Amino acid sequence: MMPPAATRLSRPELVPDDAIVEIRGISKTYGADVEALRDIDLDLPRGKLTSLLGPSGCGKTTLLKIVAGLVKPTAGTIRVDGRIVDGPGPERAFVFQDFALMPWATVMRNTAFGLELRGMARAKREEIAKRYIAEVGLSGFENKYPHELSGGMRQRVGLARALAVDAEVLLLDEPFSAVDEQNRRKFQEDLIRLRTVQKKTFIFVTHSIEEAVYLSDRIVLLSPRPGRISGIIEPNIDRTGNPDEIRRDRRYLDAVEEIWQGLREYVD
Amino acid sequence: MHVDIPREATGLVPLAGQRRKAAARPFDRPLFWRLLSIAVFVLIWEIAGRVPVSYAFPTFSATAVAFFEMMVSGELPKAYLSTLQPLVLGLVLSTVLGIGLGILCGLWRPGEFMAIPIFVVLQAAPVAAFIPLVTFVYGIGLAAKTLAVMLLALPVIVLNSYKAVRNVNASLLDMSRSFLGNRRPSIVKIMLPDASPVILAGLRLGVAAGFVGVVLAELLITPTGIGDLITYHRSRADYAEMYATIASIIALSTVTLIALQWAEVRFLRPEKRSGA
Repeated sequence: MMPPAATRLSRPELVPDDAIVEIRGISKTYGADVEALRDIDLDLPRGKLTSLLGPSGCGKTTLLKIVAGLVKPTAGTIRVDGRIVDGPGPERAFVFQDFALMPWATVMRNTAFGLELRGMARAKREEIAKRYIAEVGLSGFENKYPHELSGGMRQRVGLARALAVDAEVLLLDEPFSAVDEQNRRKFQEDLIRLRTVQKKTFIFVTHSIEEAVYLSDRIVLLSPRPGRISGIIEPNIDRTGNPDEIRRDRRYLDAVEEIWQGLREYVD
Repeated sequence: MHVDIPREATGLVPLAGQRRKAAARPFDRPLFWRLLSIAVFVLIWEIAGRVPVSYAFPTFSATAVAFFEMMVSGELPKAYLSTLQPLVLGLVLSTVLGIGLGILCGLWRPGEFMAIPIFVVLQAAPVAAFIPLVTFVYGIGLAAKTLAVMLLALPVIVLNSYKAVRNVNASLLDMSRSFLGNRRPSIVKIMLPDASPVILAGLRLGVAAGFVGVVLAELLITPTGIGDLITYHRSRADYAEMYATIASIIALSTVTLIALQWAEVRFLRPEKRSGA
Protein backbone atom coordinates (compact mmCIF):
# COMPACT_ATOMS: atom_id res chain seq x y z
CA MET A 1 0.00 0.00 0.00
CA MET A 2 0.85 3.64 -0.16
CA PRO A 3 3.24 5.18 2.32
CA PRO A 4 1.62 7.73 4.60
CA ALA A 5 2.31 11.29 3.58
CA ALA A 6 1.36 14.75 4.65
CA THR A 7 -0.83 15.24 1.63
CA ARG A 8 -2.78 12.07 2.11
CA LEU A 9 -6.28 12.42 3.51
CA SER A 10 -8.02 9.85 5.64
CA ARG A 11 -11.60 8.97 4.73
CA PRO A 12 -13.60 10.96 7.33
CA GLU A 13 -11.95 14.22 6.31
CA LEU A 14 -13.10 13.68 2.77
CA VAL A 15 -16.51 15.23 3.07
CA PRO A 16 -16.01 18.77 1.86
CA ASP A 17 -18.40 21.50 2.91
CA ASP A 18 -19.46 22.20 -0.61
CA ALA A 19 -19.66 19.21 -2.90
CA ILE A 20 -21.14 20.05 -6.30
CA VAL A 21 -21.07 16.46 -7.57
CA GLU A 22 -22.02 13.65 -5.22
CA ILE A 23 -21.35 10.12 -6.40
CA ARG A 24 -23.10 7.47 -4.31
CA GLY A 25 -22.73 3.72 -4.66
CA ILE A 26 -22.04 3.79 -8.39
CA SER A 27 -21.42 0.42 -10.01
CA LYS A 28 -21.27 -0.38 -13.69
CA THR A 29 -21.23 -3.82 -15.24
CA TYR A 30 -21.02 -4.22 -19.01
CA GLY A 31 -22.82 -7.26 -20.34
CA ALA A 32 -22.94 -10.17 -17.95
CA ASP A 33 -19.55 -10.12 -16.31
CA VAL A 34 -17.38 -7.15 -17.23
CA GLU A 35 -17.31 -5.15 -14.03
CA ALA A 36 -16.03 -1.67 -14.84
CA LEU A 37 -16.81 0.09 -11.54
CA ARG A 38 -17.71 -1.20 -8.09
CA ASP A 39 -19.45 0.84 -5.45
CA ILE A 40 -17.87 4.25 -5.96
CA ASP A 41 -18.59 6.93 -3.33
CA LEU A 42 -17.06 10.29 -4.04
CA ASP A 43 -17.67 13.98 -3.50
CA LEU A 44 -16.25 16.50 -5.92
CA PRO A 45 -15.72 19.96 -4.45
CA ARG A 46 -17.14 23.05 -6.11
CA GLY A 47 -14.71 25.27 -7.99
CA LYS A 48 -11.86 22.76 -7.80
CA LEU A 49 -10.12 20.66 -10.39
CA THR A 50 -10.37 17.00 -9.49
CA SER A 51 -8.55 14.35 -11.51
CA LEU A 52 -9.61 10.76 -11.87
CA LEU A 53 -6.32 8.96 -12.32
CA GLY A 54 -5.57 5.33 -12.96
CA PRO A 55 -4.21 2.82 -15.45
CA SER A 56 -6.29 1.81 -18.44
CA GLY A 57 -9.18 -0.43 -17.52
CA CYS A 58 -9.89 1.27 -14.20
CA GLY A 59 -13.20 2.68 -15.45
CA LYS A 60 -12.26 6.34 -15.08
CA THR A 61 -13.79 7.33 -18.40
CA THR A 62 -16.88 5.26 -17.62
CA LEU A 63 -17.24 7.12 -14.31
CA LEU A 64 -16.92 10.46 -16.08
CA LYS A 65 -19.51 9.47 -18.68
CA ILE A 66 -21.86 8.38 -15.90
CA VAL A 67 -21.48 11.81 -14.30
CA ALA A 68 -22.11 13.33 -17.75
CA GLY A 69 -25.30 11.31 -18.08
CA LEU A 70 -24.04 9.63 -21.25
CA VAL A 71 -23.78 6.18 -19.65
CA LYS A 72 -26.36 4.69 -17.30
CA PRO A 73 -24.89 3.15 -14.12
CA THR A 74 -25.92 -0.36 -13.10
CA ALA A 75 -26.45 0.87 -9.55
CA GLY A 76 -26.10 4.06 -7.55
CA THR A 77 -26.94 7.71 -8.03
CA ILE A 78 -25.21 10.90 -9.07
CA ARG A 79 -26.30 14.28 -7.79
CA VAL A 80 -25.14 17.53 -9.30
CA ASP A 81 -26.02 20.56 -7.22
CA GLY A 82 -28.42 18.36 -5.29
CA ARG A 83 -30.37 17.18 -8.33
CA ILE A 84 -30.26 13.56 -9.42
CA VAL A 85 -28.63 13.01 -12.80
CA ASP A 86 -30.79 11.27 -15.36
CA GLY A 87 -29.05 12.19 -18.58
CA PRO A 88 -27.06 15.19 -19.79
CA GLY A 89 -27.91 18.58 -18.32
CA PRO A 90 -27.16 22.26 -18.92
CA GLU A 91 -24.98 22.49 -15.80
CA ARG A 92 -22.46 20.00 -17.23
CA ALA A 93 -20.34 20.23 -20.40
CA PHE A 94 -18.11 17.54 -21.84
CA VAL A 95 -14.71 17.73 -23.54
CA PHE A 96 -14.05 14.62 -25.63
CA GLN A 97 -10.87 12.63 -25.93
CA ASP A 98 -11.20 12.49 -29.74
CA PHE A 99 -12.36 16.16 -29.84
CA ALA A 100 -15.74 15.20 -31.41
CA LEU A 101 -15.70 18.17 -33.76
CA MET A 102 -17.97 18.19 -36.79
CA PRO A 103 -15.57 18.05 -39.75
CA TRP A 104 -18.04 19.84 -42.01
CA ALA A 105 -18.41 22.81 -39.66
CA THR A 106 -16.09 25.76 -39.07
CA VAL A 107 -14.41 26.49 -35.76
CA MET A 108 -17.13 29.09 -35.20
CA ARG A 109 -20.02 26.69 -35.76
CA ASN A 110 -18.36 23.93 -33.74
CA THR A 111 -17.75 26.28 -30.83
CA ALA A 112 -21.30 27.62 -30.95
CA PHE A 113 -22.86 24.18 -31.41
CA GLY A 114 -23.96 23.74 -27.80
CA LEU A 115 -25.74 27.09 -28.00
CA GLU A 116 -27.18 26.21 -31.41
CA LEU A 117 -28.73 23.07 -29.91
CA ARG A 118 -30.22 25.25 -27.19
CA GLY A 119 -31.98 27.30 -29.86
CA MET A 120 -30.04 30.53 -29.34
CA ALA A 121 -30.21 33.01 -32.25
CA ARG A 122 -27.25 32.91 -34.58
CA ALA A 123 -25.89 36.41 -34.01
CA LYS A 124 -26.05 35.98 -30.25
CA ARG A 125 -24.39 32.57 -30.14
CA GLU A 126 -21.64 33.59 -32.54
CA GLU A 127 -20.87 36.62 -30.42
CA ILE A 128 -20.47 34.37 -27.38
CA ALA A 129 -18.50 31.76 -29.32
CA LYS A 130 -16.15 34.43 -30.64
CA ARG A 131 -15.31 35.41 -27.09
CA TYR A 132 -14.45 31.86 -26.07
CA ILE A 133 -12.51 31.22 -29.27
CA ALA A 134 -10.39 34.19 -28.25
CA GLU A 135 -10.15 32.89 -24.72
CA VAL A 136 -8.58 29.61 -25.82
CA GLY A 137 -6.19 31.48 -28.11
CA LEU A 138 -7.74 30.75 -31.50
CA SER A 139 -8.76 34.23 -32.67
CA GLY A 140 -8.44 34.44 -36.44
CA PHE A 141 -9.30 30.76 -36.90
CA GLU A 142 -13.08 31.21 -36.74
CA ASN A 143 -13.64 30.22 -40.35
CA LYS A 144 -11.16 27.34 -40.48
CA TYR A 145 -12.30 23.74 -40.57
CA PRO A 146 -11.06 21.14 -38.07
CA HIS A 147 -8.83 19.37 -40.61
CA GLU A 148 -6.92 22.60 -41.07
CA LEU A 149 -5.98 22.67 -37.37
CA SER A 150 -3.41 20.73 -35.36
CA GLY A 151 -4.55 18.27 -32.70
CA GLY A 152 -3.86 20.79 -29.93
CA MET A 153 -5.86 23.47 -31.70
CA ARG A 154 -8.76 21.08 -32.29
CA GLN A 155 -8.96 20.33 -28.61
CA ARG A 156 -8.94 24.07 -27.89
CA VAL A 157 -12.09 24.22 -30.01
CA GLY A 158 -13.53 21.35 -27.94
CA LEU A 159 -12.72 23.30 -24.78
CA ALA A 160 -14.18 26.54 -26.17
CA ARG A 161 -17.40 24.71 -27.06
CA ALA A 162 -17.69 23.40 -23.51
CA LEU A 163 -16.95 26.83 -22.01
CA ALA A 164 -19.42 28.57 -24.32
CA VAL A 165 -22.49 26.87 -22.83
CA ASP A 166 -21.50 28.30 -19.45
CA ALA A 167 -21.90 25.05 -17.56
CA GLU A 168 -20.83 24.94 -13.95
CA VAL A 169 -19.09 21.58 -14.23
CA LEU A 170 -16.64 20.81 -17.01
CA LEU A 171 -15.99 17.14 -17.64
CA LEU A 172 -12.74 16.49 -19.51
CA ASP A 173 -12.08 12.98 -20.79
CA GLU A 174 -8.32 12.61 -21.37
CA PRO A 175 -8.44 15.85 -23.33
CA PHE A 176 -4.73 15.92 -24.10
CA SER A 177 -4.10 12.28 -24.89
CA ALA A 178 -4.41 12.83 -28.65
CA VAL A 179 -2.26 15.97 -28.53
CA ASP A 180 1.52 15.97 -28.99
CA GLU A 181 3.75 16.55 -25.98
CA GLN A 182 4.75 20.18 -26.67
CA ASN A 183 1.18 21.28 -27.32
CA ARG A 184 0.08 19.32 -24.34
CA ARG A 185 2.35 21.25 -21.98
CA LYS A 186 1.29 24.57 -23.46
CA PHE A 187 -2.34 23.55 -23.20
CA GLN A 188 -1.90 22.51 -19.56
CA GLU A 189 -0.37 25.89 -18.73
CA ASP A 190 -3.23 27.66 -20.51
CA LEU A 191 -5.72 25.57 -18.59
CA ILE A 192 -4.23 26.72 -15.28
CA ARG A 193 -4.51 30.32 -16.47
CA LEU A 194 -8.08 29.76 -17.66
CA ARG A 195 -9.04 28.45 -14.27
CA THR A 196 -8.13 31.72 -12.63
CA VAL A 197 -10.85 33.50 -14.63
CA GLN A 198 -13.39 30.72 -15.16
CA LYS A 199 -14.68 29.85 -11.72
CA LYS A 200 -15.81 26.41 -12.68
CA THR A 201 -15.56 22.90 -11.38
CA PHE A 202 -13.33 20.70 -13.49
CA ILE A 203 -13.41 16.92 -13.48
CA PHE A 204 -10.49 15.62 -15.40
CA VAL A 205 -9.74 12.07 -16.48
CA THR A 206 -6.13 11.25 -17.23
CA HIS A 207 -3.67 8.38 -17.13
CA SER A 208 -0.71 10.73 -16.78
CA ILE A 209 0.52 11.11 -13.20
CA GLU A 210 2.49 14.27 -14.03
CA GLU A 211 -0.51 15.84 -15.70
CA ALA A 212 -2.78 15.03 -12.77
CA VAL A 213 -0.36 16.47 -10.20
CA TYR A 214 0.42 19.50 -12.32
CA LEU A 215 -3.22 20.47 -12.77
CA SER A 216 -5.25 19.10 -9.91
CA ASP A 217 -6.43 20.36 -6.56
CA ARG A 218 -7.41 16.82 -5.76
CA ILE A 219 -6.50 13.49 -7.33
CA VAL A 220 -8.68 10.42 -7.02
CA LEU A 221 -6.72 7.23 -7.65
CA LEU A 222 -8.66 4.36 -9.17
CA SER A 223 -7.58 0.73 -9.17
CA PRO A 224 -8.38 -1.44 -12.18
CA ARG A 225 -10.85 -4.31 -12.71
CA PRO A 226 -13.18 -3.52 -11.14
CA GLY A 227 -12.60 0.20 -10.77
CA ARG A 228 -12.50 1.25 -7.14
CA ILE A 229 -11.12 4.23 -5.29
CA SER A 230 -7.70 3.33 -3.99
CA GLY A 231 -6.70 6.72 -2.61
CA ILE A 232 -7.17 10.46 -2.68
CA ILE A 233 -4.34 12.97 -2.77
CA GLU A 234 -4.29 16.75 -2.56
CA PRO A 235 -0.98 17.99 -3.96
CA ASN A 236 -1.29 21.56 -2.51
CA ILE A 237 0.90 23.06 -5.15
CA ASP A 238 1.17 26.81 -5.52
CA ARG A 239 0.28 27.49 -9.15
CA THR A 240 0.65 31.23 -9.16
CA GLY A 241 4.31 31.08 -10.16
CA ASN A 242 5.82 30.25 -13.50
CA PRO A 243 5.04 26.84 -15.01
CA ASP A 244 8.62 25.59 -15.01
CA GLU A 245 8.96 26.30 -11.31
CA ILE A 246 5.89 24.17 -10.62
CA ARG A 247 7.51 21.25 -12.40
CA ARG A 248 10.59 21.59 -10.17
CA ASP A 249 8.59 22.15 -7.02
CA ARG A 250 9.42 19.71 -4.19
CA ARG A 251 5.74 19.03 -3.50
CA TYR A 252 5.07 18.37 -7.19
CA LEU A 253 7.86 15.82 -7.39
CA ASP A 254 6.88 14.17 -4.09
CA ALA A 255 3.27 13.84 -5.14
CA VAL A 256 4.25 12.27 -8.46
CA GLU A 257 6.46 9.80 -6.65
CA GLU A 258 3.83 8.97 -4.08
CA ILE A 259 1.18 8.31 -6.70
CA TRP A 260 3.55 6.16 -8.70
CA GLN A 261 4.31 4.07 -5.61
CA GLY A 262 0.57 3.65 -5.08
CA LEU A 263 -0.19 2.69 -8.67
CA ARG A 264 2.79 0.53 -9.55
CA GLU A 265 1.26 -2.59 -8.08
CA TYR A 266 -1.48 -2.40 -10.73
CA VAL A 267 0.91 -2.26 -13.65
CA ASP A 268 1.82 -5.61 -15.04
CA MET B 1 -12.90 37.66 -18.00
CA HIS B 2 -10.48 37.39 -20.89
CA VAL B 3 -7.20 35.50 -20.64
CA ASP B 4 -4.62 36.74 -23.00
CA ILE B 5 -2.62 33.94 -24.46
CA PRO B 6 0.09 35.53 -26.58
CA ARG B 7 -0.06 34.40 -30.19
CA GLU B 8 3.72 34.05 -30.63
CA ALA B 9 3.83 31.78 -27.63
CA THR B 10 1.27 29.32 -28.88
CA GLY B 11 2.40 29.52 -32.48
CA LEU B 12 -1.23 29.82 -33.45
CA VAL B 13 -1.27 32.32 -36.27
CA PRO B 14 -3.67 31.76 -39.15
CA LEU B 15 -1.97 30.67 -42.33
CA ALA B 16 -3.79 32.33 -45.19
CA GLY B 17 -3.46 31.08 -48.74
CA GLN B 18 -0.66 28.63 -47.99
CA ARG B 19 -2.04 25.88 -50.18
CA ARG B 20 -2.52 28.01 -53.29
CA LYS B 21 1.06 27.43 -54.44
CA ALA B 22 0.48 23.83 -55.54
CA ALA B 23 -0.85 24.70 -59.00
CA ALA B 24 2.29 26.45 -60.21
CA ARG B 25 3.87 23.82 -62.50
CA PRO B 26 1.88 21.72 -65.02
CA PHE B 27 3.21 18.41 -63.66
CA ASP B 28 1.71 19.19 -60.26
CA ARG B 29 -1.76 19.56 -61.70
CA PRO B 30 -4.06 16.55 -61.65
CA LEU B 31 -5.84 17.96 -64.72
CA PHE B 32 -2.62 17.69 -66.75
CA TRP B 33 -2.30 13.98 -65.97
CA ARG B 34 -5.97 13.33 -66.67
CA LEU B 35 -5.76 14.96 -70.09
CA LEU B 36 -2.54 13.08 -70.80
CA SER B 37 -4.19 9.79 -69.87
CA ILE B 38 -7.08 10.50 -72.25
CA ALA B 39 -4.66 11.47 -75.03
CA VAL B 40 -2.68 8.23 -74.60
CA PHE B 41 -5.90 6.23 -74.66
CA VAL B 42 -7.06 7.95 -77.88
CA LEU B 43 -3.66 7.33 -79.47
CA ILE B 44 -3.72 3.61 -78.65
CA TRP B 45 -7.28 3.38 -79.96
CA GLU B 46 -6.26 5.06 -83.22
CA ILE B 47 -3.26 2.73 -83.67
CA ALA B 48 -5.32 -0.35 -82.81
CA GLY B 49 -7.95 0.75 -85.36
CA ARG B 50 -5.32 1.26 -88.08
CA VAL B 51 -3.52 -2.08 -87.55
CA PRO B 52 -6.46 -3.18 -87.44
CA VAL B 53 -7.05 -5.53 -84.50
CA SER B 54 -10.37 -6.53 -86.07
CA TYR B 55 -12.39 -5.45 -89.07
CA ALA B 56 -15.19 -4.63 -86.63
CA PHE B 57 -12.93 -2.18 -84.79
CA PRO B 58 -12.96 1.35 -86.18
CA THR B 59 -10.27 3.96 -85.58
CA PHE B 60 -10.83 6.78 -83.13
CA SER B 61 -10.96 9.32 -85.94
CA ALA B 62 -13.62 7.37 -87.86
CA THR B 63 -15.64 7.04 -84.65
CA ALA B 64 -15.34 10.75 -83.94
CA VAL B 65 -16.48 11.61 -87.48
CA ALA B 66 -19.43 9.21 -87.14
CA PHE B 67 -20.33 10.85 -83.82
CA PHE B 68 -20.49 14.33 -85.33
CA GLU B 69 -22.48 13.09 -88.32
CA MET B 70 -24.99 11.42 -86.01
CA MET B 71 -25.23 14.58 -83.92
CA VAL B 72 -25.82 16.76 -86.96
CA SER B 73 -28.35 14.40 -88.53
CA GLY B 74 -30.27 14.36 -85.26
CA GLU B 75 -29.99 10.59 -84.96
CA LEU B 76 -28.16 10.65 -81.61
CA PRO B 77 -30.17 13.47 -80.00
CA LYS B 78 -33.40 11.69 -80.92
CA ALA B 79 -32.14 8.42 -79.46
CA TYR B 80 -31.13 10.16 -76.22
CA LEU B 81 -34.50 11.83 -75.95
CA SER B 82 -36.00 8.36 -75.76
CA THR B 83 -33.28 6.76 -73.57
CA LEU B 84 -33.22 9.57 -71.04
CA GLN B 85 -36.89 9.16 -70.15
CA PRO B 86 -36.65 5.82 -68.31
CA LEU B 87 -33.11 6.67 -67.16
CA VAL B 88 -33.93 9.99 -65.51
CA LEU B 89 -37.24 8.77 -64.15
CA GLY B 90 -35.66 5.58 -62.77
CA LEU B 91 -32.71 7.43 -61.24
CA VAL B 92 -34.83 10.11 -59.59
CA LEU B 93 -37.15 7.49 -58.11
CA SER B 94 -34.20 5.35 -57.00
CA THR B 95 -32.49 8.32 -55.39
CA VAL B 96 -35.53 9.48 -53.44
CA LEU B 97 -36.80 6.03 -52.49
CA GLY B 98 -33.35 4.52 -52.00
CA ILE B 99 -31.92 7.20 -49.72
CA GLY B 100 -35.21 7.51 -47.82
CA LEU B 101 -35.57 3.78 -47.33
CA GLY B 102 -31.89 3.33 -46.46
CA ILE B 103 -32.01 6.04 -43.80
CA LEU B 104 -35.26 4.64 -42.40
CA CYS B 105 -33.74 1.15 -42.15
CA GLY B 106 -30.69 2.62 -40.44
CA LEU B 107 -32.81 4.35 -37.82
CA TRP B 108 -35.61 1.86 -37.31
CA ARG B 109 -34.96 -1.80 -36.45
CA PRO B 110 -38.17 -3.36 -37.85
CA GLY B 111 -37.54 -1.60 -41.16
CA GLU B 112 -34.04 -3.00 -41.19
CA PHE B 113 -35.23 -6.57 -40.62
CA MET B 114 -37.94 -6.32 -43.27
CA ALA B 115 -36.19 -4.49 -46.07
CA ILE B 116 -32.45 -5.00 -45.88
CA PRO B 117 -32.37 -8.76 -46.68
CA ILE B 118 -34.35 -8.13 -49.88
CA PHE B 119 -31.83 -5.58 -51.08
CA VAL B 120 -28.87 -7.75 -50.09
CA VAL B 121 -30.31 -10.52 -52.29
CA LEU B 122 -31.10 -8.07 -55.10
CA GLN B 123 -27.58 -6.71 -55.00
CA ALA B 124 -26.07 -10.18 -55.10
CA ALA B 125 -28.39 -11.43 -57.87
CA PRO B 126 -27.51 -11.05 -61.56
CA VAL B 127 -30.35 -8.60 -62.06
CA ALA B 128 -30.17 -8.70 -65.86
CA ALA B 129 -31.76 -12.14 -65.60
CA PHE B 130 -34.89 -10.55 -64.09
CA ILE B 131 -35.44 -8.21 -67.01
CA PRO B 132 -37.44 -10.72 -69.12
CA LEU B 133 -39.63 -11.21 -66.03
CA VAL B 134 -40.19 -7.47 -65.85
CA THR B 135 -41.42 -7.61 -69.43
CA PHE B 136 -44.04 -10.20 -68.54
CA VAL B 137 -45.41 -8.03 -65.76
CA TYR B 138 -44.96 -4.48 -67.03
CA GLY B 139 -44.90 -4.96 -70.78
CA ILE B 140 -42.41 -3.24 -73.05
CA GLY B 141 -43.09 0.42 -72.40
CA LEU B 142 -41.63 3.15 -70.22
CA ALA B 143 -42.71 1.41 -66.99
CA ALA B 144 -40.70 -1.73 -67.72
CA LYS B 145 -37.59 0.21 -68.67
CA THR B 146 -37.86 2.49 -65.65
CA LEU B 147 -38.18 -0.58 -63.47
CA ALA B 148 -35.07 -2.09 -65.07
CA VAL B 149 -33.13 1.04 -64.15
CA MET B 150 -34.44 0.88 -60.60
CA LEU B 151 -33.69 -2.81 -60.22
CA LEU B 152 -30.05 -2.05 -60.80
CA ALA B 153 -29.79 1.32 -59.09
CA LEU B 154 -31.94 0.91 -56.00
CA PRO B 155 -30.17 -1.86 -54.02
CA VAL B 156 -26.78 -0.20 -53.90
CA ILE B 157 -28.33 3.17 -52.96
CA VAL B 158 -30.44 1.63 -50.17
CA LEU B 159 -27.60 -0.47 -48.77
CA ASN B 160 -25.11 2.39 -48.76
CA SER B 161 -27.54 4.82 -47.13
CA TYR B 162 -28.35 2.20 -44.51
CA LYS B 163 -24.70 1.49 -43.75
CA ALA B 164 -23.91 5.20 -43.71
CA VAL B 165 -26.51 5.85 -41.02
CA ARG B 166 -25.44 2.79 -39.06
CA ASN B 167 -21.78 3.78 -39.01
CA VAL B 168 -22.21 7.38 -37.97
CA ASN B 169 -19.43 8.55 -35.65
CA ALA B 170 -20.66 7.51 -32.19
CA SER B 171 -18.55 10.14 -30.49
CA LEU B 172 -20.28 12.92 -32.46
CA LEU B 173 -23.66 11.53 -31.42
CA ASP B 174 -22.50 11.48 -27.78
CA MET B 175 -21.33 15.05 -28.24
CA SER B 176 -24.72 16.12 -29.56
CA ARG B 177 -26.45 14.36 -26.68
CA SER B 178 -24.16 15.83 -24.05
CA PHE B 179 -24.91 19.33 -25.37
CA LEU B 180 -28.62 18.58 -24.98
CA GLY B 181 -29.43 17.71 -28.58
CA ASN B 182 -32.32 15.28 -28.58
CA ARG B 183 -33.14 12.86 -31.35
CA ARG B 184 -34.33 15.20 -34.07
CA PRO B 185 -31.45 17.70 -34.08
CA SER B 186 -29.03 14.82 -33.63
CA ILE B 187 -30.35 13.25 -36.82
CA VAL B 188 -30.52 16.45 -38.83
CA LYS B 189 -27.37 18.18 -37.61
CA ILE B 190 -25.05 15.22 -36.95
CA MET B 191 -26.22 11.97 -38.45
CA LEU B 192 -27.16 13.10 -41.96
CA PRO B 193 -24.13 15.32 -42.59
CA ASP B 194 -21.82 12.65 -41.19
CA ALA B 195 -23.48 9.95 -43.32
CA SER B 196 -23.65 12.03 -46.49
CA PRO B 197 -20.27 11.00 -48.01
CA VAL B 198 -21.17 7.30 -47.85
CA ILE B 199 -24.74 7.99 -49.05
CA LEU B 200 -23.36 9.98 -51.96
CA ALA B 201 -20.84 7.26 -52.78
CA GLY B 202 -23.77 4.84 -52.95
CA LEU B 203 -25.64 7.28 -55.14
CA ARG B 204 -22.74 7.45 -57.59
CA LEU B 205 -22.62 3.65 -57.77
CA GLY B 206 -26.41 3.61 -58.20
CA VAL B 207 -26.31 6.12 -61.05
CA ALA B 208 -23.64 4.07 -62.82
CA ALA B 209 -25.77 0.95 -62.32
CA GLY B 210 -28.79 2.85 -63.67
CA PHE B 211 -26.93 3.48 -66.93
CA VAL B 212 -26.24 -0.25 -67.14
CA GLY B 213 -29.92 -0.86 -66.46
CA VAL B 214 -31.22 1.42 -69.21
CA VAL B 215 -28.87 0.02 -71.84
CA LEU B 216 -29.77 -3.54 -70.83
CA ALA B 217 -33.46 -2.67 -71.02
CA GLU B 218 -33.09 -1.16 -74.46
CA LEU B 219 -31.15 -4.16 -75.70
CA LEU B 220 -33.27 -6.84 -74.00
CA ILE B 221 -36.82 -5.50 -73.81
CA THR B 222 -37.44 -3.57 -77.01
CA PRO B 223 -34.85 -1.71 -79.07
CA THR B 224 -35.40 1.98 -78.50
CA GLY B 225 -33.07 4.95 -78.13
CA ILE B 226 -29.42 4.09 -77.60
CA GLY B 227 -30.07 0.34 -77.52
CA ASP B 228 -31.80 0.60 -80.87
CA LEU B 229 -28.88 2.54 -82.41
CA ILE B 230 -26.37 -0.02 -81.17
CA THR B 231 -28.40 -2.94 -82.48
CA TYR B 232 -29.21 -1.26 -85.79
CA HIS B 233 -25.66 -0.19 -86.63
CA ARG B 234 -24.27 -3.54 -85.59
CA SER B 235 -26.68 -5.32 -87.91
CA ARG B 236 -25.61 -3.05 -90.79
CA ALA B 237 -21.93 -3.39 -89.90
CA ASP B 238 -21.64 0.40 -89.41
CA TYR B 239 -19.02 -0.13 -86.76
CA ALA B 240 -17.94 3.50 -86.51
CA GLU B 241 -21.55 4.53 -85.77
CA MET B 242 -21.97 1.67 -83.30
CA TYR B 243 -18.82 2.64 -81.42
CA ALA B 244 -19.79 6.31 -81.48
CA THR B 245 -23.07 5.41 -79.81
CA ILE B 246 -21.40 3.23 -77.19
CA ALA B 247 -18.73 5.85 -76.50
CA SER B 248 -21.35 8.58 -76.17
CA ILE B 249 -23.27 6.76 -73.45
CA ILE B 250 -20.04 5.99 -71.58
CA ALA B 251 -19.10 9.66 -71.81
CA LEU B 252 -22.53 10.76 -70.58
CA SER B 253 -22.34 8.38 -67.63
CA THR B 254 -18.85 9.59 -66.73
CA VAL B 255 -19.81 13.25 -66.97
CA THR B 256 -22.89 12.61 -64.80
CA LEU B 257 -20.75 10.97 -62.11
CA ILE B 258 -18.19 13.78 -62.17
CA ALA B 259 -21.01 16.34 -61.91
CA LEU B 260 -22.44 14.47 -58.91
CA GLN B 261 -19.07 14.48 -57.18
CA TRP B 262 -18.63 18.17 -57.89
CA ALA B 263 -22.10 18.92 -56.52
CA GLU B 264 -21.38 16.92 -53.38
CA VAL B 265 -18.23 18.87 -52.59
CA ARG B 266 -19.85 22.14 -53.58
CA PHE B 267 -23.01 21.80 -51.52
CA LEU B 268 -22.46 19.18 -48.82
CA ARG B 269 -18.80 19.20 -47.81
CA PRO B 270 -17.73 22.81 -47.42
CA GLU B 271 -14.51 21.75 -45.71
CA LYS B 272 -13.28 19.94 -48.83
CA ARG B 273 -13.75 22.95 -51.07
CA SER B 274 -10.42 24.57 -50.43
CA GLY B 275 -8.14 21.60 -49.93
CA ALA B 276 -7.31 18.65 -52.14
